[in-house]
Amino acid sequence: MPSPTVGGRKPGGPAAQGGATAASTDRAIAGAVADARKPMSFRAEIAATLGFIERNFYLVKRYFGWELVFLFYNIVNTLTIALIATALPGDKGRMVLFLVVGALLWGYLSVIFHDVSESVAWERWEGTIEYTFMAPIHRATHLFGMCIYAVIYGVIRSSVVLGAVTLFFNLDLAGANLLGALTVLMVASFAFIGLGLMAAVFPLLSTERGAQATHVMEAFLLLVSGAYYAVSALPAWLQPLSVISPATYALRAIRAALLDGATLGQLLPDIGILAITGVVLIPAGLAVFQAGERYAMRTGKLKRSG
Amino acid sequence: MPAVICDGLRKTFYVKDETLAHLPEFRGLAGRLKYARTKPIPVQAVNNVSFEVAQGEIFGILGPNGSGKSTLIRLIATLLLPDAGTATVFGNDVVADQLAVRRLINRVSVEASFFKKLSSLENLRYAARLYGLEPREATARALDILERLGFDRWKAYGSLENLSRGMQQKVAVARALFTSPVLLLMDEPTTGLDPRSKREVQDFVLEVRKAHDTTVLLTSHDMTEADRLCDRVAFIEEGRFVAVGRPEELKERYSHLRPGGRVTLEDIFLEVTGKHWPGEEDE
Repeated sequence: MPSPTVGGRKPGGPAAQGGATAASTDRAIAGAVADARKPMSFRAEIAATLGFIERNFYLVKRYFGWELVFLFYNIVNTLTIALIATALPGDKGRMVLFLVVGALLWGYLSVIFHDVSESVAWERWEGTIEYTFMAPIHRATHLFGMCIYAVIYGVIRSSVVLGAVTLFFNLDLAGANLLGALTVLMVASFAFIGLGLMAAVFPLLSTERGAQATHVMEAFLLLVSGAYYAVSALPAWLQPLSVISPATYALRAIRAALLDGATLGQLLPDIGILAITGVVLIPAGLAVFQAGERYAMRTGKLKRSG
Repeated sequence: MPAVICDGLRKTFYVKDETLAHLPEFRGLAGRLKYARTKPIPVQAVNNVSFEVAQGEIFGILGPNGSGKSTLIRLIATLLLPDAGTATVFGNDVVADQLAVRRLINRVSVEASFFKKLSSLENLRYAARLYGLEPREATARALDILERLGFDRWKAYGSLENLSRGMQQKVAVARALFTSPVLLLMDEPTTGLDPRSKREVQDFVLEVRKAHDTTVLLTSHDMTEADRLCDRVAFIEEGRFVAVGRPEELKERYSHLRPGGRVTLEDIFLEVTGKHWPGEEDE
């Protein structure tokens, strides 16, 4: 039977050596106490970030059946939306691409928004919220890990859907500016991460209604951003609201790149707006989240049962 | 330096009286709106609690359900902000020096907080990364601890949801210990374990303390466990410490409860809390 060890505080320490002296344990504890006040090393922060990414992919693996079901639904949903274009008058190829871009981009952005905004609700549901929140890491590291995972997962999932759609429809991307579209996609990701961080605070404020609030926010973005129609199709009173959604600019720019072959220079105004939105929303989202965390710690909501 | 110093710690929660919602005047839309405007009731979970725990001491906090044990642990674990008073862990304030405190502690709670679909190993790898440990080395260490706790090694590869509560709790103990906490917060760690598992966890806590001088703050419903493990115990009732001392001192102090007989911590518990014997529910 191995002797009990408590980890790295004393590698090869008293237990391993068959006996402890008061002086050596005192020194080890004094060392641990002194180390605790030192700033976190960059390596430790990266390791923790990796921990969140790795953990989430473990969960994908364990819920693989559901992943396949959601992916199948996602593909069928995109195809169904794109097929509407075949019944419309005018340039069918262009309309199909218009709708495919809308469905794909919305799918990607909503994955990012969901994964980031529901990170708290999910931990609460699993019952791990207290463990994660008392881990010795900066909150920014925790959220950064969730965001990186969301982007990787979103790219993989959207690529699979894109592959399926490409096989189904004969999409003509000959004149498309693919690099421009990809640039817009990456910059838009930051803006959506910022929005997700802001929405992630809702489950901290209210156990049940918090998750509902994130869905309402997502639905609002879907409505006003013109995912499946031009923003001009919205009622006049709703159109001004499309201005505040980063998805509006992302959709407009990616459609311009893929449908009209717009150059990077032509895309720059929308890329600029998205970049500024990301630069503003990410720190703002972090600040809002940290304020929400303090509220949850003050009111006792930082626990599994709320 | 004391491991833990709590000075005048207070925590009040404000909760809605949900029984009101069932009254006729709070039914319907207008009633629901009226209910939403009712004032929450203050519940003093921790009320002016002061104590010190020495390095290497096992300090037990004993009390009935809802007495404030878990709230006190959560305050020290940096999961709650106190309304008043201070708490320090090896000189680090639980509010001002949160990150430093978090590096020094780990916690085993009454409910094993895991991603239940993941395996024990996957959960341990995640924990290792959060605590800046090299996952391979850390999980090897955790497996040794699990084996020491009577856990079959091969079970670590299967989904945690297929393990008994006792097995899950052993993984929680291993996860808390492999990060080398200098202060271990154990919130009813053996609740729900069979007598053998309970004994294995208790033995391990004693051995860890002996080998590494780890300080342990333990809440428990099990008076026999407290008597066996704790150097000192505090009985808590309605958020206040009502009796504190070494088990033998307390038994001496309350010897009048069993004239001519041997008084137990259970007798003292019933005397100082004035409550029925607690069930297994968490507060």
